[in-house]
Amino acid sequence: MSLALEPDDKHLLSPAIKMDRVTEDILAPMGRFPSLPWHLAFGLAQGAALLLLAPVAYQMFFGLGIYGITNPNGWGVFIVNFVFWIGIGHAGTLISAILFLFRQNWRTSINRSAEAMTIFAVMTAGVFPLVHVGRTWVAYWLVPYPAERQMWVNFRSPLLWDVFAVTTYFTVSLLFWYQGLLPDWATARDRAKNKFFRTLYSVLSFGWTGSARDWNHYERCYRQFAFLAAPLVLSVHSIVSFDFAVSLIPGWHTTIFPPYFVAGAIFSGFGMVVTLLVIMRKLYKLEHYITLTHMELMNKVILATSLIVGYAYASEFYIAWYSGHEYEQYQFLLRPFGPYAITFWTMVICNVVIPHAFWFRSIRRSIPWMFVISIFVNVGMWFERYNIFIISLHRDFLPSNWGMYYMTPFDYAITIGSFGMFFTLFLAFSRVFPTLAIAELKATLPEPSTGSRLGHDHGHADHAHKPAEVH
Amino acid sequence: MARVRVPAVLGFYDDAHDLSEVAGKANHEKGFKDLDAYSPYPIHGIEEQLGLKSSWVTIPARLGLVFGAFLGFSFQSWTSSVSWAVNIGGKPYISWPAWIPITFEAGVLMAAFCNLTAMFIACGLYPKLKTIVLSKRITNDRFVLVIPVKDDAEEAEAVSFLRENKALKIKIVDALDKEKGRLVFRSAPLAGEGAPA
Repeated sequence: MSLALEPDDKHLLSPAIKMDRVTEDILAPMGRFPSLPWHLAFGLAQGAALLLLAPVAYQMFFGLGIYGITNPNGWGVFIVNFVFWIGIGHAGTLISAILFLFRQNWRTSINRSAEAMTIFAVMTAGVFPLVHVGRTWVAYWLVPYPAERQMWVNFRSPLLWDVFAVTTYFTVSLLFWYQGLLPDWATARDRAKNKFFRTLYSVLSFGWTGSARDWNHYERCYRQFAFLAAPLVLSVHSIVSFDFAVSLIPGWHTTIFPPYFVAGAIFSGFGMVVTLLVIMRKLYKLEHYITLTHMELMNKVILATSLIVGYAYASEFYIAWYSGHEYEQYQFLLRPFGPYAITFWTMVICNVVIPHAFWFRSIRRSIPWMFVISIFVNVGMWFERYNIFIISLHRDFLPSNWGMYYMTPFDYAITIGSFGMFFTLFLAFSRVFPTLAIAELKATLPEPSTGSRLGHDHGHADHAHKPAEVH
Repeated sequence: MARVRVPAVLGFYDDAHDLSEVAGKANHEKGFKDLDAYSPYPIHGIEEQLGLKSSWVTIPARLGLVFGAFLGFSFQSWTSSVSWAVNIGGKPYISWPAWIPITFEAGVLMAAFCNLTAMFIACGLYPKLKTIVLSKRITNDRFVLVIPVKDDAEEAEAVSFLRENKALKIKIVDALDKEKGRLVFRSAPLAGEGAPA
């Protein structure tokens, strides 16, 4: 194509991108044989995923003793990874629901893949509590059901609230995501060349035809989902933080935890979205749809949430001093100067110091810089959870209870393996699903059609979609 | 619920604003009944142009929210006070503040199911092996106005209306061939203009 597809100053996407081009560009990878870079990435991810499977299989025979968890460190990397992955998921729902309610049109280029990321991150997170219960084959005891023991689960426990929060979050995210996929499956169906794919996509599209009557219902349903998902996503990490805040352990027993966890979740989630999209836009040549401006906007979110997270760290120290609670104070001396000081300083450097680079426009718009910084954000957020959970548990009120936590090779393996599982799912998704929300993207193109036959000036009709403008 | 209306006259456009305007004219000025419009993406304001009522699908979701929350709260209360009442540190059997998170989650979960189910019912969606479409380009880049007609006179009127309003292409769908699972089309000539579609 000789047309310039670079966006101009006024528009987020190039006015030269027309509707049929969107269809073609987004759906073409689904019909192509995967490229070599994809094969390499997928192979690597699958290999890493084995590192999760193998220890878990081994554990089924030999028990939880293979991991580093002991008294008093009963939670170990299971909880670190669980909270880390749940947090990653939050950016997807923020993009799909909260940015939708705030009419942020730039979300249309990234919402599909971000929501997919949410679903895969929650699936990855879900592995850890199931493994951590030890006897995974009776994990269904977590669910209240009328058993012959005639006992019920303890509804007063935040751990049980977590079961409900995470399963609800997963289910609602999946339904919301699938609703958005319906028109795109229909596009794939009508474009399919052979009968197998036509039938497959017809089933997946549920017979979507694009009638105005259907769109009328669809839009109301979509908005309703956004209204449901917005408070839900805030509730999920709040409830996760209750696991800690409701206990009495120094360093955990604080009221700042729910907002602090939610901000941290969005921070790490956007870090992961940037990491994934840098790879995806390159791999599938989507640079005209996921532009530098999109990436820059996400980097601004990272910067803003980094400031919130940094503020939360500082306020924890202040409150520890102000409370006059000596156990709390000791805990906050331990973090920067104790045996795990390295994790604390890694967290501070990655989460508080490095994101400040995003104050510079040139860095916000530089792909290599943002890729490196987003990885630092992910590393930093993993260490944040390590810092909170491990340091608080390893020395509580009585010195007789103290004990160090050491990760065994199996702990390292399941941690690396969780990334393998996540990337395997995401890479598979990027091959077989429409990776961008085609219908929504078309609605926000600056000039979707080749021109009005009735003599309209685009973008000025009062019922028109306002093109997303760049400021 | 969107169904294929036969017989009907179809006017093809390639622009959302054009479709919206022509739909408004067809409905308000010409008084065509039971109009429908097809588009690759939702067009804001076209509901008023077509005279569609606001969708009811949010009602089941709201009821679901209340019902789910009620179910969640009462289940927790029942298990803790009736089915297996355990005195934990002298706390009340129904210690309701602890019920709130699960009450909320149960409400949202029920609302989400009701929401999607309502939309599926409202739009008549279910996994179909074959979908009958008016044009394969609707999900790509075409906007189609559907004017259902009863007889030849109405058909002629609809065709001339679409001609006046510069449709890219005009087609008439005569019947739905149920055996073959496809629509039977006829194309109507455009007046004096060999516009490609």
